[in-house]
Amino acid sequence: MAKLIVDGIEVDVAPELTLLQACEAAGAEIPRFCFHERLSVAGNCRMCLVEVKGGPPKPTASCGMNVRDLRPGPNGEPPVVLTNSPMVKKAREGVMEFLLINHPLDCPICDQGGECDLQDQAMAYGVSGSRFFENKRAVEDKYLGPLIKTSMNRCIHCTRCVRFTTEVAGIAEMGLISRGEDAEITSYLEKALSSELQGNVIDLCPVGALTSKPYAFQARPWELTKTESIDVMDAVGSAVRVDARGREVMRVLPRLNEAVNEEWISDKTRFIWDGLRTQRLDRPYVKVDGRFRAASWQDAFTAIATRVSSTAPDRIGAIAGDLASVEEMFALRELMAALGVASVDGRQDGTALHPKFGRASYVFNASIAGIEEADAILMIGADPRHEASVMNARIRKRWRAAGGKLPIFTIGAPVDLTYPHVHLGNDPAALQQLDAAALDALKAAQKPLIIVGQGALVRRDGLALLSLAAKVATEVGAVTDGWNGFSVLHTAASRVGALDLGLVPGEGGRDVAGMIDASEKGELDVLFLLGADEFGAQHLGPDTFVVYIGSHGDTGAHRADVILPGAAYTEKSGTFVNTEGRVQMGNRAAFPPGEAREDWAILRALSEVLGRRLPFDSLAQLRAKLYAAHPAFAAIDTIPAADPSAVAGLAALGGIVRPEPFLPVVADFYLTNPIARASKVMAECSALARSGRSIAAE
Amino acid sequence: MLQDKDRIFTNIYGRQDWGLQGALKRGQWDGTKDILAKGRDFIIKEIQASGLRGRGGAGFPTGLKWSFMPKQSDGRPHYLVVNADESEPGTCKDREILRHDPHTLIEGCLVAGFAMGAHAAYIYVRGEFVREREHLQAAVDQAYDAGLLGPNACGSGWDMDVYVHHGAGAYICGEETALLESLEGKKGQPRMKPPFPANVGLYGCPTTVNNVESIAVTPTIMRRGAAWFSAFGRPNNTGTKLFMISGHVNTPCVVEEEMGIPFKELIEKHAGGVRGGWDNLLAVIPGGASCPIVRADQIMDAQMDFDGMRGIGSSFGTGGLIVMDKSTDVIAAIARISYFFRHESCGQCTPCREGTGWMWRVMERMRQGNARREEIDMLFQVSKQIEGHTICALGDAAAWPVQALIRNFRPVIEARIDDYVAAQGIAAE
Repeated sequence: MAKLIVDGIEVDVAPELTLLQACEAAGAEIPRFCFHERLSVAGNCRMCLVEVKGGPPKPTASCGMNVRDLRPGPNGEPPVVLTNSPMVKKAREGVMEFLLINHPLDCPICDQGGECDLQDQAMAYGVSGSRFFENKRAVEDKYLGPLIKTSMNRCIHCTRCVRFTTEVAGIAEMGLISRGEDAEITSYLEKALSSELQGNVIDLCPVGALTSKPYAFQARPWELTKTESIDVMDAVGSAVRVDARGREVMRVLPRLNEAVNEEWISDKTRFIWDGLRTQRLDRPYVKVDGRFRAASWQDAFTAIATRVSSTAPDRIGAIAGDLASVEEMFALRELMAALGVASVDGRQDGTALHPKFGRASYVFNASIAGIEEADAILMIGADPRHEASVMNARIRKRWRAAGGKLPIFTIGAPVDLTYPHVHLGNDPAALQQLDAAALDALKAAQKPLIIVGQGALVRRDGLALLSLAAKVATEVGAVTDGWNGFSVLHTAASRVGALDLGLVPGEGGRDVAGMIDASEKGELDVLFLLGADEFGAQHLGPDTFVVYIGSHGDTGAHRADVILPGAAYTEKSGTFVNTEGRVQMGNRAAFPPGEAREDWAILRALSEVLGRRLPFDSLAQLRAKLYAAHPAFAAIDTIPAADPSAVAGLAALGGIVRPEPFLPVVADFYLTNPIARASKVMAECSALARSGRSIAAE
Repeated sequence: MLQDKDRIFTNIYGRQDWGLQGALKRGQWDGTKDILAKGRDFIIKEIQASGLRGRGGAGFPTGLKWSFMPKQSDGRPHYLVVNADESEPGTCKDREILRHDPHTLIEGCLVAGFAMGAHAAYIYVRGEFVREREHLQAAVDQAYDAGLLGPNACGSGWDMDVYVHHGAGAYICGEETALLESLEGKKGQPRMKPPFPANVGLYGCPTTVNNVESIAVTPTIMRRGAAWFSAFGRPNNTGTKLFMISGHVNTPCVVEEEMGIPFKELIEKHAGGVRGGWDNLLAVIPGGASCPIVRADQIMDAQMDFDGMRGIGSSFGTGGLIVMDKSTDVIAAIARISYFFRHESCGQCTPCREGTGWMWRVMERMRQGNARREEIDMLFQVSKQIEGHTICALGDAAAWPVQALIRNFRPVIEARIDDYVAAQGIAAE
């Protein structure tokens, strides 16, 4: 630790801290534009200048100076730093004046207005008038794709966007060209950025140069109601803030959660909100003579009750989809149990994971933050860039921290992960006969990380591959005291919650594949779909009566006989368990449209009509029952412990592995769920990504 | 006046063979092995004792700079980088060394490289210097062929490689850290300091960046002794120096002279006097474009060295004198210099990026007189807001000429404004 005196206050800080951080530790506020904790230090905005006593008689950029570089006084006194001296005040005013001379005075029509660093700091540190009578610089706006709107006159050249895209997102597609006054931030070739994390530059931009294109001129920050919630677009469970005006979600922003998403979110998370307005199911429908007819809730329930009462429980099934919260899946499970239905499944993708093997067999045991401790990585059938973009940034961060020397091996469909990795093969043989060099590297590692993706687990031989992966993990020493590197990467927000609930077929029950099979054979008469759209509804037989409970008119609703309109994730309070097993609760930011209701309430009301009244009348009562049955769900924001011995158990299972190559599970990053498929912005991104790929392939 | 026997650069005018044979005849590469045999510490001590100060403009003691290099390598290689990106307007000495006396530099690379434990030296040559680079590369090849460079250079047991790198013509790449960035293949933008290059330099390794002249004089200093070198000039300003005299003199030239030579003597002896006589002298920029301009009366009796120029509120810089007689529009001259710095600002940090353009625009108006008197003080404040607030010294370099103009020629600016106002007033009627 190193002592220094900031504005007369002595502080004791770590010597590797920057002066800026040390000053903040002493309670002094330092204005800044270019400095960002998660990016490299550029030191170019010069706003953070402070006075260091005993140094050269000029202000020092506090962001670029480390505490250990300060010299003590002649008699060993701690170095003295001033943040409120006349020199500092003058320096800040000077820099602020320079920043503003070429910055347009268009705050009234700027989307950053109200949440603009330049605006705020000009108020705090600037002077009121201007002495600049020349013409202002004009810069052409740049095209960065459908997500980021540019207004380059406003750019103050802090290069945060350049550093983010190069360092965190791993795409070298932005840069500063030209010199001096003519310097411009650009994507060089006027083409859309190719990162799944590009939206974060909107938050990083301290001015209105980079703003959200879909959100342009939609709302002002002060008229929005801000709700802290959890994202469900992937299984990472990023912390988000949902900003709504009235009934409508206007935008989604990241929240800080060091353990999960740091402060980044993926583009799907950020720009999904227009999908919450379109294709919505806003009233119940009943299919009559092959056509949907709007119905009242009572009529819809009656139609279901008529059908269910005449059906034996073994000819009924239920599938929960990717976006379902724990509460509604619990209600579904209870209702099915009351009906005596054993064919329930919360794994619509057909993954081989099963709660009977123990919790450690299906969660990301190493934890997302734990990636930063891993010293060798093997990925099997996983594509974290598209399955969990924010987590991929964490792996890239680890790779950068290791000086680019982290051994990373992949087995599966080849993919650009934004960091170099050794591709060992795209079929299971590469795992059965693990490359000797890779094996050595993993064995030599103290904390090897084995990431098993759904690309391996949704296959027919998924269980055998899961066992094989567990065997490799135990062999290379990935499971030790204090470190469990066997980590399953999920793609769906609901999946771990479903497995924790035990939402799998009971005694004699059918799983998803079994239900489809039975439906084709005419052995399944009623099927409940809780937001399930991606399991292959088109394969269901014509005689199966399908009840769809969900928010969007997608594959599941198209096939349904009765549609019960539910709430999207922003319209309900719900628990989600992310891929590492972290229990998190999302909150309601808006109300469901029209007659749509929260899903648990629909199931509760339906249970009454079916004569199997569920024992709760409110969400609180439901949660009381849930927590009584599964206490782990009550521990919000924690990861319930998982017994690592489950991995050895998995390894012992064995099984026959088939030779087919691995296939990617996320075929189109932008279109993985019903909300995304309803979003125009996502459709545009998807089309762009596909055209980009086809050009690259030519 | 410096005697011919004491000149270090004996072929600065290119009248003899610039190649290896000529260099050997002039005594270069003589006993280089013996110099190296004296050891690292001896060389550094000797250079420190000689009082040699960096010839690139800042005047940092060269021996002291070398001593900052780690004594023991921590596994990282050490590098010597020679800054031959000579781009300062008014400065043209390094090109003469490169094209007419390249072996002084190459031998210097071996001596300096050995002294700092570097096995590789990079010479970063300014983009515009095409012929100079050809000569230098040819000279390096000759040295390799003669066994003076490469493994066991000069039979000293020290392996030394010298690489000639061609810049792309950016003034900022003469700033040492921007030069390193450029050498690494990146955009030439200065780095934050600390860490200093002696600790984290080229490719993250300990690096010393020296000016061409600083390196080129070291073999001669080692051969003739620190005492010989420090006998020239006065304490803290020792040695001989290449002076470049341009502008309104009768015979502009580059000449090696003793440090501390009186300004008048320098101009009389070597530049044939000021055009139109001494009474016609208006102003002098004593050390390259970034040095503050001084009036004739200030510099007339000054000694040409670091302390002498500091004493008159300017800077010795590289020793490139730009002499201006009374036909000069001094405001236009400084406006042109402001344009130069506006054009060469790298655009990385705010004060320089925004401020240099602002200053230039105001200077352009002042050139015509199209300004208000208050703007003179405003311009001075703006220049003060740039100076000392930037990552590198380009901000300072851009600010000083303007400040000095206001300090030394304020009445001229005011008169220009008054004339303009008067002319406009008539026109308006």
